[in-house]
Amino acid sequence: MSLLQIDNLCKRFGGVVAVDECSLSVEPGSITGLIGPNGSGKTTVFNLVTGFIPKDKGTVTFKSQLIDRMGPDRIYALGIGRTFQLARIFPRLTALENMLVPVRRKGLRALFSGAGWSSEKARAMEMLEFLEISHVAGKLGGALSYGQRKLLELGAVMMAEPDLVLLDEPAGGVNPALLDRISAHIRKLNARGITFLIVEHNMGFVMNLCTDVIVLHRGRPIASGKPDVVRADPAVLDAYLGA
Amino acid sequence: MRNLPRLRLIQGAGVVAVFAVALAVPALAPDPATTNIAVFTMMYIGLATAWNIMGGYTGYISLGHAGFFGFGAYALGLLLTHLKIAGGYEPFLLVPVAGLLTAVLALGIGWFALRTRAATFVIVTIAFMFMLQLLAENLVGLTGGGAGLSFPSPTWSGDFFNTPYYYAMFLLAAVGLGASWLIRNSKFGLGLLAIRDDEDKALAVGVPTGAFKLTAFVISATLVGMIGGVYGYYVTYIYPQFVVDPLIGISMVLMVFLGGLGTLSGPVLGALILEPSQLWLAYNYGASKLYLVFYAAVFLIVILLLPRGIIPSALELLERWRTRSGPAAPAPAAPSTPSTPVKAVTP
Amino acid sequence: MTLVLEAAVLGILTGGVYALMASGLTLIFGVMRIINVGHGALVVLGAYLSFAIWRALNIDPFLTLVITMPVMFGIGLVLEVVFIRPLKTDREALSVLVTYAIALGIEGLLGFFFTSNYVQLRAWYANASFPIGSFHVTYVYVYGFVLCLAILAAIFVMLYRTTFGASIRATMLNRTAAQLIGIDVDRVSAIAFGIGMATAAAGGVVFGITNAFNPGSHYDLISRLLTIIVLGGLGSLRGAIIAALVMLVSEDITSVLISPVWASFVFFVILVLVLLVRPQGLYGVRVRDRL
Repeated sequence: MSLLQIDNLCKRFGGVVAVDECSLSVEPGSITGLIGPNGSGKTTVFNLVTGFIPKDKGTVTFKSQLIDRMGPDRIYALGIGRTFQLARIFPRLTALENMLVPVRRKGLRALFSGAGWSSEKARAMEMLEFLEISHVAGKLGGALSYGQRKLLELGAVMMAEPDLVLLDEPAGGVNPALLDRISAHIRKLNARGITFLIVEHNMGFVMNLCTDVIVLHRGRPIASGKPDVVRADPAVLDAYLGA
Repeated sequence: MRNLPRLRLIQGAGVVAVFAVALAVPALAPDPATTNIAVFTMMYIGLATAWNIMGGYTGYISLGHAGFFGFGAYALGLLLTHLKIAGGYEPFLLVPVAGLLTAVLALGIGWFALRTRAATFVIVTIAFMFMLQLLAENLVGLTGGGAGLSFPSPTWSGDFFNTPYYYAMFLLAAVGLGASWLIRNSKFGLGLLAIRDDEDKALAVGVPTGAFKLTAFVISATLVGMIGGVYGYYVTYIYPQFVVDPLIGISMVLMVFLGGLGTLSGPVLGALILEPSQLWLAYNYGASKLYLVFYAAVFLIVILLLPRGIIPSALELLERWRTRSGPAAPAPAAPSTPSTPVKAVTP
Repeated sequence: MTLVLEAAVLGILTGGVYALMASGLTLIFGVMRIINVGHGALVVLGAYLSFAIWRALNIDPFLTLVITMPVMFGIGLVLEVVFIRPLKTDREALSVLVTYAIALGIEGLLGFFFTSNYVQLRAWYANASFPIGSFHVTYVYVYGFVLCLAILAAIFVMLYRTTFGASIRATMLNRTAAQLIGIDVDRVSAIAFGIGMATAAAGGVVFGITNAFNPGSHYDLISRLLTIIVLGGLGSLRGAIIAALVMLVSEDITSVLISPVWASFVFFVILVLVLLVRPQGLYGVRVRDRL
């Protein structure tokens, strides 16, 4: 039973077909890499899945529920989190507040009570410590370095305890040392039960970290399977070198 | 931060002192000219605070709030006329009803206007304001059109005349400030600020942006509507173009920008500075059109010199002075934080 | 029926001047991403400048444009550099306040120099008209329309056939990218603002000939112009022109069929209906931040 199932998803922008009868699935507990040459539709798939752009055709099913007509906030509430290509955090809120925004509460009264209950703050600090950025909890998001923002973005997404996290180029603009830390964090979170779908160009990062890999080309998958298998697939090499 | 408890105490004491003085104004300065200024100043404190709940916290700038102000005035006036309420203290009791009616209007306008973003939103609010003005002018059977609408005369007069109105405005301003403070420190408020910073990101982390924005808009409009109602009663006769007046709408915005967008005390400060000045200018130069030029000049100077407003700029200066003279402070919250320290911070 | 037809023709003719003014306004938004709520006041300023020159020199009002257009262009450059360029943070919101202040200042100055009395520009041939079918079309309206068409055509030629026009379009599409390829966006902004002002001058003349006006006329004018550019889609010239024509024709037809009192209301009703279906306006682009 796949966690995320995409069937015949289609999206065009004017004359450009970005996603073309794309069907793929993400297994629970996996760290799945989504790779492919530039323009292959990877980020568009992300945007379609998370409800930022409407689809033309096809279905997206998450935990056996159709989610392709929902807005991003509902999809997050159902358990899919995402990060963005250029790390996005709230610049005028502190790091801790950034962590508190995604926390979900029930009931109207809860909405109007304090912004951060002590249990929530404790959990946020715990996550910040896990990501080794607890020392900047009081700093404004806008004052953080890029690496800190990337980690903060990851941590904030975790706050609502999603089942599936879509990472959009987590290695982008990141130095090798931080990259290792990010890999390690992802592995540890995965061990806690969180499934990841990662769009990435850094092959070393992908091959090292991912349990499964899907290759997109011109808006549809052309190969999928274990990293070594995919790496050796001639169609994949063709796509990257030819196109 | 060792200074935090003491800072809070000073802040708390300050607030109580200001509150006490404000309560005592009619006793301290009983002459009608002064109390008139006091009524209008208190009115704008309420208006600016109310506007800030939407414009300051969500970043959605409404330039049509004068529409709600006028609607509230007409709502109360028409209620009083049709329910045949005589002058006295009863009309004040109907102010919340006018507020409720304004809330319903705001729900409709807000639902529509908030489907758009940023620049379009601003213009749509302006459009709605002009629509309301047109309706007020043309639905002659209902509103009296250009001839205006009268309110019942109150049962008190003379030097005491302004005082009940002052306290009504004071009450509304206090309610507004209370609501603003509550929102600011709540999860709802955090969501609003997130929307202001990055609306799509807020969506991505589960903030129901549509519902939140609409709620803030309705709260803001309701307060403004109620204040409009009291204003109508105060001036006892309202005309469409003077109560749905773009200048009122722009003034409240300018006051918030002057004091500091998104802060709690900013709107209050802005109103305290600008309203008496505005009244003074109107009094001395109103006849010649040059009063508008002066007003415009003040406007431009404020915006160009203090784009972030007084409170944030002052806090920034204070912060720089502190971190330069004291020992290296551990990553304190940088300048653009509002005047009330956000409780979530534990550096 | 002929009444409706006559109203439609009038709507198109007067729509021309609104199309011109709205084009300037939407161009300014597109290039500088600011809402110039002072545009109405600038048109009125243009009208008064023409009025002063016309009164002093006793020439055909249209000829005053020879002086007012360059003068207004220059004023535009100054305003942009002094009041708008310094805005760095919160640009959209602050620009509204700044341009509103400029509008108030202009209203005050005009009131001081010209008083609040209504005035109007008159050509010696003001009442001459020619017949089309069973109704008459006044010459001034036609000349005004032709003038607006000419200027709009010139703007389109500039935008699509000159290098400078290309840099304007580039800046409108993506300011940062334009800077990266070496376009001086500040200069482009200033000149775009100047062009906007020049269109306001031309609009002012035509507006001043076809309407009685006073310093307070800018409120009604700007509310219409803003509604028009939102209907057309912020930043779209094509949209502004079409929206202007739609609005004015509807308004004039409503005036004839229902009553003049509700005519201006039709403006807003159309806006609401269109925005319900297309929140970005007729030719606007749905803006979603970098995803």
